[in-house]
Amino acid sequence: MIAFLLKRTANAAFVMLAVALLAFVIFRFFGDPVEMMVNEQATLQDRIELRERLGLNDGFVTQYTRFVTNAVQGDFGVSYRNQQDVMVLIKERFPATFELVLVATVISLVVGIPAGVITAVYRDSRLANALQLGSIIGVSLPSFVVGILLILAFSVSLGWLPAFGRGATVDIGWWSTGLLTPSGRAALVLPAISLSTFQVTLVMRLVRAEMLETLRADYIKFARARGVPTRRVQWRHALRNCLMPVITLTGMQIGNLIAFALVTETVFQWPGMGMLFIQAVTFVDLPVMAAYLLIVSLIFVVLNTLVDITYAWVDPRLRDDSARGNG
Amino acid sequence: MTLRHLLLATAAVATFSGAAQAENVLKWGANRDIGSLDPYSFGDSFTINVLNHVYEGLVRYNKDLKIEPALAESWEILDDKITWRFKLREGVTFHNGNSFTAEDVVASLARVSHETSPLKGNLPAYVSSKVVDDLTVDITLNGTYPLLLNDLTNIHIFDAEWMTENDALMPTDVGAGTEGYATYNANGTGPFIVESRQPDAKTVFVVNADWWDEPQHNLDRIELTPVNSAATRVAALLSGEISFTNDAPVQDLPRLAAAPNVEVLEGVDLRTVMIGFPFRETLTTGEPNPFVEKPVREALYKAIDLDLIQQKVMRGKSRNAGATVAPPIPGYTEALDELPGYDPEASKALLAEAGVPEGLEFEFNCLSDGLVNEEQFCQAIASMWSRIGLSPKLDVAPRAVQSPKRTNAKTDIYTLGWATLPLLDSYSPLLQIFHSKDGNAGVFNWGGWSYPELDALIDAAGSELELEARLALQTEALQMVKDEIIMIPLHQQPMAWAVTEGVSEMPLFPDAKPRLWFARMAEGS
Repeated sequence: MIAFLLKRTANAAFVMLAVALLAFVIFRFFGDPVEMMVNEQATLQDRIELRERLGLNDGFVTQYTRFVTNAVQGDFGVSYRNQQDVMVLIKERFPATFELVLVATVISLVVGIPAGVITAVYRDSRLANALQLGSIIGVSLPSFVVGILLILAFSVSLGWLPAFGRGATVDIGWWSTGLLTPSGRAALVLPAISLSTFQVTLVMRLVRAEMLETLRADYIKFARARGVPTRRVQWRHALRNCLMPVITLTGMQIGNLIAFALVTETVFQWPGMGMLFIQAVTFVDLPVMAAYLLIVSLIFVVLNTLVDITYAWVDPRLRDDSARGNG
Repeated sequence: MTLRHLLLATAAVATFSGAAQAENVLKWGANRDIGSLDPYSFGDSFTINVLNHVYEGLVRYNKDLKIEPALAESWEILDDKITWRFKLREGVTFHNGNSFTAEDVVASLARVSHETSPLKGNLPAYVSSKVVDDLTVDITLNGTYPLLLNDLTNIHIFDAEWMTENDALMPTDVGAGTEGYATYNANGTGPFIVESRQPDAKTVFVVNADWWDEPQHNLDRIELTPVNSAATRVAALLSGEISFTNDAPVQDLPRLAAAPNVEVLEGVDLRTVMIGFPFRETLTTGEPNPFVEKPVREALYKAIDLDLIQQKVMRGKSRNAGATVAPPIPGYTEALDELPGYDPEASKALLAEAGVPEGLEFEFNCLSDGLVNEEQFCQAIASMWSRIGLSPKLDVAPRAVQSPKRTNAKTDIYTLGWATLPLLDSYSPLLQIFHSKDGNAGVFNWGGWSYPELDALIDAAGSELELEARLALQTEALQMVKDEIIMIPLHQQPMAWAVTEGVSEMPLFPDAKPRLWFARMAEGS
């Protein structure tokens, strides 16, 4: 087990190094931050000096080594645009993105699971067909379109919910939350729905497929034969056995949602990490772009590694050859 | 802190903001956020513009964009011609209560001209400054220079004591990787005080009751919220969540104008859109460069149907330009603004005479995030040039990608928009674009041209203190730029702001800078 853990961790570290290299190479060809940082009246000499001070003239290997060494210590430098410590910027934005992703995940489960059960149990009923059709729309509409449609309906026409922003927030330590204020909760509704549309359909389809499989299993038939009420059989015995893959999927998708939140955040001016990244791209704010990419990939890698380790812990067959040899 | 305490605190905050609603609150939805609270940290004119509500300069622009006294009451040029003496206004206080003195001016000028300051180019002639007495300052320049006042409109004055206390005497240096106190805090003399700031979410300004000047505005509070997405900005305006935007998207103007609660303010920007030629020996393809010949440049000029671009691409909202500066800019004359006339047949004849090969390939570099409808007018121009037998290769990408190509001569023909900011004078494009590359001069001379006669005119204007004589020199230089067709002027681009019905006055400035100390809201809205 220890050998397995070491191997997985080494793998993860290797992936992170590769991501860092990739991010770094992309940014080398991305453009020149200096042009964005000085104004129209700066002289050529000013520009050259600034480039030198930022270390943009150093060799590739020097820059990459410096970048990785600092990044490992959690030091991503200072944002060119905001003149703020990049880690502070990301720490400020992370709660916004995390709350959005959390609420979107809750919505996807609360809506997706019952919808999945209904479409599996009442196959070919009108309700099930309507849900199926809705799920196709949910999968195929890009989330920015969903976002704009929601704004049009609920902000412009009905005037119920705000079109942008996060509302009032309350600070608990360094964590700023919008969940405790009415305006914060109102502001969260549209972005969370927009972000969860894809996820809802994913959960619904997964639950439906699993349910169809489970409902054919022998123990369901026995339960029915024993006279257990149908409702109880479906919602309790069958559904419980379908939830394991749903939980795995939801865990894995959190990384995806954080990455996809970028689009939703842009539409709703949600002050999260994705918004920060988009702004950084516009201004060639290299330190922020690099830090964002690394942190998002870190979240992915950690989630994946955790899932792998949990599986290995639960199921010894998945451990590596050496473990099997010893066993 | 228990949850109950938190809820109580929240309720208190909610009541408080409820009370604030009764005041005149202008909710400003901009298309982007300011960089930081430090106007000297990032060479960005929007940040400087917004922070001008908090910080002020020695002089400022009035409603007609003429320079008037602000923190300085009067000034004179001393006998040596290079020292300017400024008499400062008495009784001005900073937001923290400190009084404004000559020390503050000297410390602020030292900060903005420090070698790590990205804004030192804004004071090109500055050498040193010294305190004469509490309310008098001498500024020494590197020669006779007529445009110091124009430069000073954009140099914000900080409190020396406050900077010393907070270790903010030097500008922040991103190269050194340190943060600065002034990035998060502001202390100026201006009409508004920064109350709070959450980057990319909201910056709140409240009125400064102790402002030295008689306020023309009646705002109590400005809430600046960046709303980057154009569609969301329009939605927020229609739903009344923002009451003002300084960037109403061109494609949504009819929709906004039709809405009962929104008023669209349209005007023509000072920014003149131009096309620049390469003057190097070869093109990027390695072929000899025909654009060094004036007849070839003329051929390309006459091949552009300006009216068609104005009507179709700019939807009738731009103004065709013959001069490289807009009419309100000093140095402009009507003679400069004459249009060449669209004549593709003449273009073909000129090209044939100059021996330009059929299907000549060259790069045409445009920005996807630059000027208004830039991608579209570039496409239109490229196809107009194709019609006279050339093969322009259109290269459209974001500014961040294109800038290095332009400055390093990795492209041929390019677009450039110039608003003459922050000087608001034709000396700005003459020095920055049309002068040969030389130290301070010709930074945007990307084509690499050099006209010694033109340089001499510009240099003469740059040390002429007599206004009429200086403008005559600049007009002559602009005429030479026009005669030589160094660049092709296309148009002044449209600009549009929008306000909701609660805003009763919002003067639109052709330099596209909102000056909310002139804005008024309807009482009781």
